[in-house]
Amino acid sequence: MSLSLKTARPVPVRLSPMTSYLLTRIRQSLITLVLVSMVVFAGIRALPGDPALALAGEERSPAALAAIRADYGLDDNIAVQYGRFIGHAITGDLGTSSRTGLPVADAITAALPVTLELAALSLLLAVVVGIGAGIVAAVRRGRPEEWLANALALLGLSVPTFWLGMVLVLGFAIALPVFSASGYVPFAADPPDNLRRMVLPAVVLGSGLAAVVMRQTRAAMLDSLSADYVRTARAKGLSRREVIGTHALRNSLVTVVTVLGLQLGHLISGAVVTEQIFVLPGFGKLTIDAVFTRDYATLQGVVLCTSAAYILINLLVDVAYSLIDPRIRLGGAR
Amino acid sequence: MSLAMSEPVLSVRDLSVSFCSDTRTVHAVDHLSYDVAPGEVLAVVGESGCGKSVTAMAVMGLLPPTARIGGSIRLGGREIAGASEKELGRIRGKDIAMIFQEPMTSLNPVLTIGRQIGEVLRRHQGLSKKEARARAVELLGLVGIPAPAQRVDEYPHQLSGGMRQRVMIAIAVACDPSVLIADEPTTALDVTVQAGILEVLQSLRERLGTAIVLITHDLGVVADTADRVLVMYAGRPVEQAPVDELFAEPRHPYTHGLLGAVLRPGGEGKRRLPEIPGLVPSLDTQPEACTFAPRCAHADDRCATSRPGFKTLAPNAGAAAGAAHRAACWHPQHAPALMPTTREAGQ
Amino acid sequence: MTTALPTTPARTRSAGSGKLRALRKNRLAMTGGVIAAVFVLAALFAPLVAPYDPARPDFADALAAPGWSHWLGTDDLGRDQLSRVVYGARASMQVGVLAVALAFVVGVPLGLLAGYYGKFTDSVVSRLTDTMLAFPFLVLAVGLAAVLGPSLTNATIAIGISQIPAVIRITRAETLRLRHVDYVAAAVANGGGDATVLFRHILPGATSALTVQATVGIPAAIIGEALLSFLGLGVQPPEASLGVMLSGAQSFLAPAPWMAVFPGLAVVAATLAFNLLGDGLRDVLDPRGATR
Repeated sequence: MSLSLKTARPVPVRLSPMTSYLLTRIRQSLITLVLVSMVVFAGIRALPGDPALALAGEERSPAALAAIRADYGLDDNIAVQYGRFIGHAITGDLGTSSRTGLPVADAITAALPVTLELAALSLLLAVVVGIGAGIVAAVRRGRPEEWLANALALLGLSVPTFWLGMVLVLGFAIALPVFSASGYVPFAADPPDNLRRMVLPAVVLGSGLAAVVMRQTRAAMLDSLSADYVRTARAKGLSRREVIGTHALRNSLVTVVTVLGLQLGHLISGAVVTEQIFVLPGFGKLTIDAVFTRDYATLQGVVLCTSAAYILINLLVDVAYSLIDPRIRLGGAR
Repeated sequence: MSLAMSEPVLSVRDLSVSFCSDTRTVHAVDHLSYDVAPGEVLAVVGESGCGKSVTAMAVMGLLPPTARIGGSIRLGGREIAGASEKELGRIRGKDIAMIFQEPMTSLNPVLTIGRQIGEVLRRHQGLSKKEARARAVELLGLVGIPAPAQRVDEYPHQLSGGMRQRVMIAIAVACDPSVLIADEPTTALDVTVQAGILEVLQSLRERLGTAIVLITHDLGVVADTADRVLVMYAGRPVEQAPVDELFAEPRHPYTHGLLGAVLRPGGEGKRRLPEIPGLVPSLDTQPEACTFAPRCAHADDRCATSRPGFKTLAPNAGAAAGAAHRAACWHPQHAPALMPTTREAGQ
Repeated sequence: MTTALPTTPARTRSAGSGKLRALRKNRLAMTGGVIAAVFVLAALFAPLVAPYDPARPDFADALAAPGWSHWLGTDDLGRDQLSRVVYGARASMQVGVLAVALAFVVGVPLGLLAGYYGKFTDSVVSRLTDTMLAFPFLVLAVGLAAVLGPSLTNATIAIGISQIPAVIRITRAETLRLRHVDYVAAAVANGGGDATVLFRHILPGATSALTVQATVGIPAAIIGEALLSFLGLGVQPPEASLGVMLSGAQSFLAPAPWMAVFPGLAVVAATLAFNLLGDGLRDVLDPRGATR
């Protein structure tokens, strides 16, 4: 661990500030990823009882346990075991599900499109609604529009995802059956039916994020609108749209993108619950099912993949952040 | 003084500005009038909070919605006080432009300087993106930025404070405005950089014939740059005169006080306004009195009970054309007398 | 402020009472405070408040709509919903307070150390924080529940752990800021020991930011408990919890919507109350808005 910490120091090589910034961020992400994999690995080993027993699931004959021990090399040194685990994980081998007997990697590949579609739709909703409402609230300060946007945001933050899900199901699938409340149909198979089933989950998952984005956009816009450079823009005679859209919004987006990145973890958490409510065969459902069937190989694989994705997303957010803000991209005084 | 003979390009009459909040009203400017002739440099001088910046913002129409404006502001003969934001949008940046005190924060950090100069050209002159960029390079050269073709694609944080202020000037003069308001353009900059900025302003005035309203509290800058000076105190004009006359023969005790610091030899570093004993009063407290009376060595009962008018003193050469020597004082002074106690205000 | 006349110094009141006064003037925050207080009282005196035994089934009266005998109706086993909501609020408050306490007990010392000693200590703690943040809350909680087994205590531990990184970050940032403030620098120069400086000078300075974090953490923990119990990873069924109630309601959405509506409204009211209170506190205590 001390070794990895040493490599985390910024490099003194003559690279462009952007490149060296990126390298530093990538290095930090890799270290975090290694630590995460250690925690996941250790977590499964820390289970009370014999890991072979845990990995075996229902099949508990001494012969089966011995086979699992040999299979997983559980008699080896823990470091050797970890090395093998990582080696396998990198080549895409995450073990075999004790529940289905199928490779964990296959289950993950099957669940991924569902969760990705859900996340993408929610994110789209959150960004469009959140940024739109945030701008309105900032520009129409002290008017009913601001009050309405603030109230909606506060509600969005206070209403738990799963309850919103139930209420929407009650309203739009039972009382007024416009949308479907359960099951998944791939987009490629039947686009309208796919959307009919995905709208409610996306609204449920996106609402909290939209609220956070709205609040941050509003705060950042209020900041920008009172900034000196906005006064300069007005002094140039630019139209209201140019002043707000180009000068104020562009600066606000820097903050909003960061917040979006920080909130993606909540999106993943929310996906677990949303998929549970709407019976979508995604990542979240896979996780919960694994917990209840004591399918540790799957759980280990899912947690590792989710965390890796999360770290990757945060890295991408930082890159996006530096693309928007030239002060980071080009270095120099801030 | 031939400049002063022509029609004023900017004419402010009885300008009053007050700010209203739920609980009270603050008067920031009280019946201020001045004219600026084409190509003239008028310096507006006074302590912080005397209303000189508020006046400039009122002229630009950049005051917040809580501000209430009275009086008349005519730009090139056209009334612009109370104009709509849309009308002002067609004037600002084209006929009248402004440079601000804070070059470090007045440029948008996430846009290239070329884009920020180009914007104003595209808005008012309908140039294409390409034409605007080419013109931006020219303008950067005009304001004395080296290697303008490269600088045009840089971001504000890559430029020094002095360079940023030059960019602000380039934006301001891009559309060849008839009036340029410069609000403390050198205050935030190093002494060595200040001279360069003033030089650029001077040369632009000569080349483009732009009238400049120079707001400052640095009397050194006034002496070097201005044609005429307006001294403000607590939102009211107290004295106005051609620059040489004001320095040679200040008539208002407050002006005496201001000059005291400059005339005193051995002033440390910057020539700042001296701190005159007492507090700057709020206009609300004494509507019918000389606002300077509480701090004035020559004040008597009359000063405390009735407000002196802003009157032309002994006629001078430019009296007929707005270059008259005027002062608002019941007891105008004659000899340049120093205030009894003055010291450098370490702002 | 009504005149500019030179007056006696205006700051005679202590800053603290001024802040309290500002908070009292914030109507939304006060509304939140009152609702939060109702919840705390209901949780404390649940046996006195609840009209029925929350666990006693009454099959004759199952799935009764809200009415005079059962204000919020009954569930599929005929248990009184109001009583169960009251006991559920008790579980919520218990998790809310204990989880935040756990996060503070672990997070505050680590944040102080990281911010005060810097260098190696800081990079170890920061990397640890990053690692914890790399697990989305629910994945972490689900993993812990899988390892520890589902129960109210383990849900509390999982939620508490998930809040540690935020507490570390805020404490660290405050420590970094305060280390260079004059009075702390003076304490260091006067030879104050590390412990004295940290606990006497820096920690009190960080109180505002930490108070705000607590008002953010409690509603998050309340939602977290409801969520884990909803998924079957928290409170186990015969016990009352808002999450357990909602989980049970899922199968009866059409015939008995009140089973889903009232426990949910209770969660919303509780979180809304703490969020409003927190917003008010943030405006008063932390005008920089640094802690978010």
